Order: sequence, then structure tokens, then C-alpha cells
Amino acid sequence: MSVQQIPIEQPLLEVRNLKKYFPVTNSLGKVTGHVQAVNDVSFNMKKGETYGLVGESGCGKSTTGRTVLRLIEPTEGETIYKGENIYQLKGRKLMDMRRELQMVFQDPYSSLNPRKRIGHILEETLKIHRIGSKQERMDRVMDMLNKVGFQSEQYFRYPHEFSGGQRQRIGIARALMVDPSLIICDEPVSALDVSIQSQVLNLLEEIQDEFNLAYLFVSHDLSVVRHIADRIGVMYLGQMVEEAPTDELFAQPLHPYTKALLSAVPLPNPMIKRERITLKGEVPSPINPPSGCVFHTRCPHATEICKKNVPVKRNVAPNHAVACHLYE
Amino acid sequence: METKLLEVKNLKTHFNTERGRVTAVDGVFFTVHAGETVGVVGESGCGKSVTAESILRLLDEKSTEYEGEILYKGKNLLTSTINEMQAVRGNDISMIFQDPMSSLNPVYTVGNQIVESIMLHQNVNKKEAYEKAIEMLRLTGIPSPEKRIHEYPHELSGGMRQRVMIAMALSCQPKLLIADEPTTALDVTTQSQILDLINELKVKFNMGTVMITHDLGVVAEVCTKVVVMYLGQVIEESDVRSLFSSPYHPYTDGLLKSIPQLTGDRSKKLHVIEGKVPTLHQVPKGCRFAPRCAFANEKCHDEMPELVQADTSRKVRCWHYKEIFQAGEESPYVSAADSY
Ligand SMILES: Nc1ncnc2c1ncn2[C@@H]1O[C@H](COP(=O)(O)OP(=O)(O)OP(=O)(O)O)[C@@H](O)[C@H]1O
Ligand SMILES: Nc1ncnc2c1ncn2[C@@H]1O[C@H](COP(=O)(O)OP(=O)(O)O)[C@@H](O)[C@H]1O
Ligand code: SF4
Ligand code: SF4
Ligand SMILES: [Mg+2]
Ligand SMILES: [Mg+2]
Repeated sequence: MSVQQIPIEQPLLEVRNLKKYFPVTNSLGKVTGHVQAVNDVSFNMKKGETYGLVGESGCGKSTTGRTVLRLIEPTEGETIYKGENIYQLKGRKLMDMRRELQMVFQDPYSSLNPRKRIGHILEETLKIHRIGSKQERMDRVMDMLNKVGFQSEQYFRYPHEFSGGQRQRIGIARALMVDPSLIICDEPVSALDVSIQSQVLNLLEEIQDEFNLAYLFVSHDLSVVRHIADRIGVMYLGQMVEEAPTDELFAQPLHPYTKALLSAVPLPNPMIKRERITLKGEVPSPINPPSGCVFHTRCPHATEICKKNVPVKRNVAPNHAVACHLYE
Repeated sequence: METKLLEVKNLKTHFNTERGRVTAVDGVFFTVHAGETVGVVGESGCGKSVTAESILRLLDEKSTEYEGEILYKGKNLLTSTINEMQAVRGNDISMIFQDPMSSLNPVYTVGNQIVESIMLHQNVNKKEAYEKAIEMLRLTGIPSPEKRIHEYPHELSGGMRQRVMIAMALSCQPKLLIADEPTTALDVTTQSQILDLINELKVKFNMGTVMITHDLGVVAEVCTKVVVMYLGQVIEESDVRSLFSSPYHPYTDGLLKSIPQLTGDRSKKLHVIEGKVPTLHQVPKGCRFAPRCAFANEKCHDEMPELVQADTSRKVRCWHYKEIFQAGEESPYVSAADSY
């Protein structure tokens, strides 16, 4: 694949000042405001790396993922892939980008067409990208089925004949069919039971090594992200408030929101009793996010300056960035 | 220990379906005392909700048959009359559900619904019920409850709705609360608020609580005792600490090892329990876990083990737990705690 020519040091993908606003309309269809779903998010990803995006429901994780794939167009900002802004790609190059950046969805039930056989679902992506002869495509599908733990006979089965975990493995196989360099995994194990979840996580790790894949791993489950991610970005109300390598983020979270978030996760270990930081109130509306620091309405450390000035994301250590006035 | 509130003894719940009779719950045992929180855990479909619904007899009785005993303060609810059950629901035992939207009526204000529930169960007039409703909403941490009480369920966030549900469930000061995945649909920070709330109210009213969840973290955090279910049966019952540090049943052990941890070594590969849970139409005749169990022998495949007392605070349903446990490797949880 041409992807492999990118030198290691260079990021595989660079997201710069990404914004996505969705219009809010009243009953007459008049635009009355905007949901600021993603608000000035920047990060980059290296080849073969897993980047975790965490945060609570509605904070903009999925919208970020979908905009990076150009499933939706951004309001502002760029995503640089192989030196080009993907939002300006056309024709052949756009097709290449679509092939190299793939996605695995949360819901293994609705993301597979119920009327198509599994084999055909997998073959379809090859057809779209006009890869291989009929026989070659068939062989490749069989290969991939085996790779994700199925027997060749299962080629002819329909999605409803599979369990949730199996369907999720099929979703992964589908993404892998066209040799992607990056897969956006949007809550890929959230709908699964723990024993099934571990199968799927292990599979994701195995194929990552084999195909040198990068994952943008979106999840609200911090234990899962801790297990799989190399680096993590924490989002709150459309913004990225902290970014650090996984071990560092868990050992030394800096942003007051990250601290509260990590402390709120119940530990499956009754021997450990931690101090829980309970946040007051609720996440404000993304239509009218608070002035200054978006977290100031709930932050235990907020001061006057937090209400007025937007904190800028800055590095406090190599690879560890935080957007908070406490660290300026 | 305090007064025994609820005792579930060998509960079986059968459904008559088009595809024949299925037994969704087939051997559930546990006891809840006042002021105690008992966790019920297990994977999707293992019978947690059916157990809860059986206790309150919420299932359609035309197609459901029960066996065993559900003793509430010594009286068997399974043989109680409809009127007796009506009196128990809401007055003595309340339930909250995973999805508050499904149990709140969208066309009435939250105030209306709480007031109605209070008036149904308590001898108070409308004005008193109304004041009580506001008080309950305040107790659950809803800001300006006198305003919120006039809002409709869809105007509230998920966390707020769950608080309203709790206010409603607790407005009659039940002795026993059954919470079926009360925080599964919520974010962790909201979950932590709601768990704190349930804990607080439990202490305040000396309530017994059954906490149904698939999240072992929630169990570790709020429960004193826990029962683990697999395919309709309780396969292990234990005090919380022992369960996490040294599970007896191979399924419990596998389950604990397959969850990613928030502390300790994260480079280890996750454990996978091979195979999958059989359907209710093909329940194994011996031990239900035998097709997936690394320790299964012929006896396991042929004969179903009973839930037996393993030591003072623990019960287990496994033929070989003693040998397995003695030979056993260390649980990951002990080491995680040590390294913390
Ligand atoms: N009314 C019914 N008729 C027939 N089968 C049923 C009925 N209700 C539940 N079941 C079956 O009983 C089993 C137990 O279901 P239950 O809802 O108690 O699972 P659960 O442990 O609560 O799972 P979850 O974690 O997904 O909520 C399942 O196999 C389910 O399909
Ligand atoms: N197509 C859409 N139209 C309008 N609002 C949207 C749309 N998609 C997402 N949103 C809003 O954008 C915000 C971020 O959503 P999302 O990215 O799905 O969050 P997450 O994945 O972190 O839960 C939410 O407020 C959500 O309601
Ligand atoms: S900038 Fe202020 S309000 Fe925002 S997180 Fe930091 S201390 Fe809290
Ligand atoms: S009875 Fe046998 S099959 Fe069942 S859990 Fe014990 S060892 Fe495994
Ligand atoms: Mg999402
Ligand atoms: Mg349930």
C-alpha cells in the first residue's frame, strides 16, 4: 500500500481546528441557533497508533470521528491526510481516502444490511473500489472471515443468524477488506457483554499489529480506552480539554474535568476506596456553551478569569497538553 | 444482621411462548436484610430482570408460571392475591428501571405522576401529596423542585428523569427497593451522583436494596453481598470482597478476568470465555456452564450441580470448586490492589 511510504515521524493524520456546528431550527424552519458539537478540536495520529477519544454522551466524540472521515462536512478546520486536506479531495484521491479511512460502528445490529449474506456484505466494499476479479474477491472474503474467527461456510449466512459479538467481528472484517490505514471505531464494544467485549478487543489488537493499523477509538468507557489506547484526548462540550499518553493521563490527570471523570468510574475492586469527585449540576447545552472556560459552571476550581477568558490548550510536558487557566 | 426482608428460594419462572415453554429463571436464591444492598450481576439475558419482575409479579400472568417461594417478611408473594400484591407494590417494595422514560408517562407532568402515586398509597389529601412530592424531588437533588414539578418528562435530562423515578419510587418510603440497571443509561459522572443518592437514601430509610447490574464496578462500589447469575441460575453468592479477591465459580473467575482494568498492568491480554451462552431452548442438562468451562468433566455434562454452602458467607454451584480453587491461580484483583 502507498500508505507505507509515509515516514514514521510524520503524523498519519492531522486534525486542525476542527469545528462542526449543526443548525437548530424552529417549527417554521428558521435557524434559531447552532449546536456547537465540535468546537476547535486539534490532534494528530501516528501510524499504527491507537488514539482514544473519551468524554460523556453528547460531548462531540462521534461527530469528530465522522467529520474526520468526511461522512459529514466540517463547519471549519482541516484534516490533513497524506499531506492533503481531505475536505478538498475530489475524484480518484477522494476514493483512495475513502478506502484508506474506514469505520466500525457501535451498533452491530443496524450497521449490517439484514437482507444480504455475510459474504456479500464483505465483498461489497471490494466491488465499490473495483478491487480484484470475482474469484479473487471471493478468496479474499474467505480469508478475512477466517481471520476474524469464522468458518468459510458462514459466508452464506445472514446477519440475524449471528450474535452481537459476531456481528461486530463482521463489521471489523468489512472495514479491513480494503486495506485501510486507519479505522475509526465508534463505541465498538459498548453494546456487548463483557465476555464478548474481550473477544472483540483482543481481535482489534491482533489485527492492528498484523496490518499496522491506526485506530481512532471513540468510547465513553474509560477502562476499555485505558486498555487499548496509546494516547487519549478528553472532550467536554465540543472541546478537547486534555491530551496525554494513556499511562500518564491515568497517573496524573491535570484538567479538573479529567480528574472528576476518572474518579467517577466505579472500580471493580472493593479493596480500593477512592475519593470520588462528584460534579454538581449538569452538562450545559452545546447551543449556548458557557463563556470563558466551558467547564467553569461545574468546576470546583473556577475563578473570575475562567468565566471571561478561554483557556488555551498548551503543553505542560512533552505530549501532555491541557486547556485550563490553572496551568498557565 | 438486621431483619430479614426478602427471601427468594429456588425461584423458577416459566414462559409459555409460541416456540414452547422456556424457563428464564431456573433456580434463583438470595436474601435481603434491612439496610443491606445485594447485587445481582450477570450478562445480558441471564434472567436478572425476569427475577426482579417476578418478585413484584409484574409479568403477564396468562403466559407466566412461577415455582419456588418469594417470602416478603415471611409471606409468600407468589401465592398472594392481586389485591395483596397491589398493596405490596409501592407501599413496601418499589422498583426503578433502566429507562426512566418507559415508566414515566409522557403526557403528564412529573408532579402529577408523583402526586398520584403518593395518593394511591398513602392516606393524604392532594395538597399534602403535592408538598410531599416537592420534598422528595428536593431530596433527590433536583434544583428548584417547585419549578421542575410542572415539567414534562421529555423536558428533563436522563439524569433528572432517573431522579424523578427515584423520587417516585421512594415517595412511599418502601422497605425494599429493586433497582434494575438504574444507571446503565447514564454517564459516569451522573451515575456517581445517582449511586450516592441511592446510598444516602438507603441509610436514611434503612432500606433493603436489590441492585441489578451488569457492571462489576457498580457492584464493588455499592453492594455488601452479590449473587452471580448464569443462564437463569444463581451460580455463586458471596460477600463482595471475597467474590472479587477469590471467586469460586469458574464463570465468575472468567468474567472478572475479562474486564479491562482501571489500575494495574494494562498490557496483559484480556481473558476470553470461549463459546457463547446457549439459548433457553437448548439448556445443557448438566452444569449450564459445562460447554464453556475449562474444568468440565463427564459428571459436569451429565448432572446439574446444586447451589451449596461453600463457607460461612458463600455459596457456589459447581462440582469441582474445591479442587479448582485449591489448584487455582491468583485472581488479578488481589494484585491490582497491591500495586495501587
Ligand atoms: N416474556 C417473555 N417471554 C419469553 N421469554 C422471555 C420473556 N421475558 C424474558 N425472556 C427471556 O428470558 C431470559 C432472561 O431475560 P432477562 O430480561 O431477565 O435478562 P437480563 O438478565 O435482565 O438481561 P439484560 O442484562 O439484557 O437486561 C432471556 O433469554 C429473555 O429472552
Ligand atoms: N446530525 C445532527 N444534527 C444536530 N445535532 C447533532 C447531530 N449529530 C450530533 N448532534 C449534536 O452534537 C453534539 C455532539 O454529539 P456526538 O458527537 O454524537 O456526541 P458523542 O459521540 O460524544 O456522544 C450533541 O449535542 C448532539 O446532540
Ligand atoms: S480554566 Fe478554570 S474553570 Fe476551566 S477547568 Fe481550569 S480552573 Fe476550572
Ligand atoms: S460444575 Fe463442572 S462445568 Fe460446571 S462450572 Fe464446575 S467444573 Fe465447570
Ligand atoms: Mg457517540
Ligand atoms: Mg434486564
